[in-house]
Amino acid sequence: MATENKTPVLSVEHVTMRFGGLTAVSGLSFDAYPREITALIGPNGAGKTTMFNCITGFYKPTEGRILLRHGSGQEYFLERMDDFKISQVAGVARTFQNIRLFSGMTVLENLMVAQHNKLMVASGYTIGGIFGSGRFRRAEQDAIELAKAWLEKVRLIDRADDPAGDLPYGDQRRLEIARAMCTGPRLLCLDEPAAGLNPRESDELNKLLRAIRSENDISILLIEHDMSVVMQISDHVVVLDYGQKISDGTPAHVKSDPAVIRAYLGVEDEDEDALAAKAVAEALGETK
Amino acid sequence: MSSQDLGATRAGYDWPAIIKDLIGTTIVSLLLMVPIVAYKSVITQYSLVLQARWGTVAIILAVILGARLMMHLFVWNREPAPVSAAKASAPPKKSLSEQIGPWVFPALVAFAVLLPIISGGDRRTIDLGIYILTYVMLGWGLNIVVGLAGLLDLGYVAFYAVGAYAYALLSTVYFPLWFGDGMVPWAFYITLPIAGLLAALWGVILGFPVLRLRGDYLAIVTLAFGEIIRLVLINWFDFTNGPQGITVPKATFFGLPFTAGPGGFADFFGIEHNRIYYYMFLYYVILLLALLTYFVTNRLRRLPIGRAWEALREDEIACRSLGINTTNTKLTAFAIGAMFGGFAGCFFATRQGFVSPESFVFIESAIILAIVVLGGLGSQIGIVFAAIAIMGSFELFRELSVLQEYLPEGTDPVHFRMLAVGLAMVLMMRFRPRGFVTRRQPTVFLKERKAVSGDLVKEGHG
Repeated sequence: MATENKTPVLSVEHVTMRFGGLTAVSGLSFDAYPREITALIGPNGAGKTTMFNCITGFYKPTEGRILLRHGSGQEYFLERMDDFKISQVAGVARTFQNIRLFSGMTVLENLMVAQHNKLMVASGYTIGGIFGSGRFRRAEQDAIELAKAWLEKVRLIDRADDPAGDLPYGDQRRLEIARAMCTGPRLLCLDEPAAGLNPRESDELNKLLRAIRSENDISILLIEHDMSVVMQISDHVVVLDYGQKISDGTPAHVKSDPAVIRAYLGVEDEDEDALAAKAVAEALGETK
Repeated sequence: MSSQDLGATRAGYDWPAIIKDLIGTTIVSLLLMVPIVAYKSVITQYSLVLQARWGTVAIILAVILGARLMMHLFVWNREPAPVSAAKASAPPKKSLSEQIGPWVFPALVAFAVLLPIISGGDRRTIDLGIYILTYVMLGWGLNIVVGLAGLLDLGYVAFYAVGAYAYALLSTVYFPLWFGDGMVPWAFYITLPIAGLLAALWGVILGFPVLRLRGDYLAIVTLAFGEIIRLVLINWFDFTNGPQGITVPKATFFGLPFTAGPGGFADFFGIEHNRIYYYMFLYYVILLLALLTYFVTNRLRRLPIGRAWEALREDEIACRSLGINTTNTKLTAFAIGAMFGGFAGCFFATRQGFVSPESFVFIESAIILAIVVLGGLGSQIGIVFAAIAIMGSFELFRELSVLQEYLPEGTDPVHFRMLAVGLAMVLMMRFRPRGFVTRRQPTVFLKERKAVSGDLVKEGHG
């Protein structure tokens, strides 16, 4: 792989996440490289979203380490940081499987909220802003310009003054990505960005994600069920099943990996019959 | 077209369904009326007897069934108007509220400024104005916490109490002690910011333990906090003088007392002494304070902090994913909301001339919250109308001596005021469940400021 001599942006090392007796993720390690799209795939319940929540700080992993490296060499241990600090300081932005926009605020306001920390400093933590300081007004103008640029990219500029809750589903998905990008992240985590999109919209999403990767110094980590999206745009695929990594590599490599095929399509019929017969025999043996 | 015409004329009646409904109505009415109406307990000289009133029951039942039948015959059988026509005409029509919207606030301010002059120095009108403006200000303060940040606070009156007692204690005990009596005339002006700061501090103190709570749990803890403050005021006798309260000095016009003698306000300006000047002065002070609340809140909404409050109301998890420190955001909402409550409390103390824990009971918090909810969460103009409606109707009931003639002996119309507010609330829930003003004005726009429909705006989860 061409990526092997690069330093990874994100290193997940032996992460285990337990909820009571349930181990959702166990001993998972993988890397995500700069300017690459890494896809995390696996059957339902494989622990993909749990892993995502660990990276973005919504869960604290039971064991293991999650390391984020900036280009400057600065390193952050994400498992020790508060969720909002992970976005604010480490520069990890995310979207959600079930869209979480501020539906009662306009599209533009959604993007302004995303630039909160920057504007907060410019407004002198509100004190300067109250008195209308020039510095804040300039920062606000810049923030609007950035928001406009992203609205152009996701083709929502005409709906900038409409409430986010009024947008159709596909537009809401794109707006959520634009909002995450407005925080100026190093790592963008997308949780099923193509869920509920029609083929044309998911094709458009592919283009958008490629554009984001090529125009910004950013890595993308995505969870996706839609294999057309995964295979077309990802540079690197990590496959999970029952909380463990079963395959890791380029899309072509993963596609032909027998372990992956087994996880997705199940074991072959004969084996399954044999297993069932064995289970029945065991059960009978126990009762006798 | 022909089907539309048919819709206007009545289609055939579905008699079996109507009869079924009337039988159902009879059963429900009887279930309700038998225990309430059918028997009246009468105390005779020796015993308590039940007096049957089946005649009354029959009359009420006949009225109910008749009304219901009329509804069936003339109202409920009409076919709905064709949808396409309604939809086509809806979008281009600009609603009345949108047309007059921008003029409402300036008109209200102009009216408020001129009120003492229009009323011709009528003390009762000015008093009512002061009363309503105090609640408008409290409503605007609570609106920051409940309407913008979406945190349900049932103990807001605690901050009002902190402000009032801050003024009472500083002006009567500590100022004379620290600076001598010379500073007492200035006490109001010096204490006002201090009262606000102290209330804000208490807002943060309340905020910290409740940060993790949401919804009902938050409401209960804030309610308890309000009660704790009141109970401390009652029981800490050495400090607060307990239930006896504290008599506080009246405010002065920048050091000039409103007294008849030389050196007073009237003497200084060479006008005749009249007590009304003092009330006018108080009126303008509370008007200024309320306007300060309005403009500061409006400004804050357009700053990152205000947007973060509203984002918090919409979706807290999304806020955190965008790097917003929700802890600080909640605390600032509590602190700034409480600060305005503290200002209002300081004013209240000087207007009353007396503070006691009795003024800060739970019902006050409930009334302020009712004003915010009736006005429409987050809407500042709505709160003005709600305050006028609720506080005005309270006062109205005091004045209704006319009603006395129609009421049984010994009933005072004042006793019905809560009943009227309750009825108003029920009607509001039926017809305007989201308050008077439901549309939300966006804080920033590219081309056109379009109000956001209330259906999309969330109410927060606490």
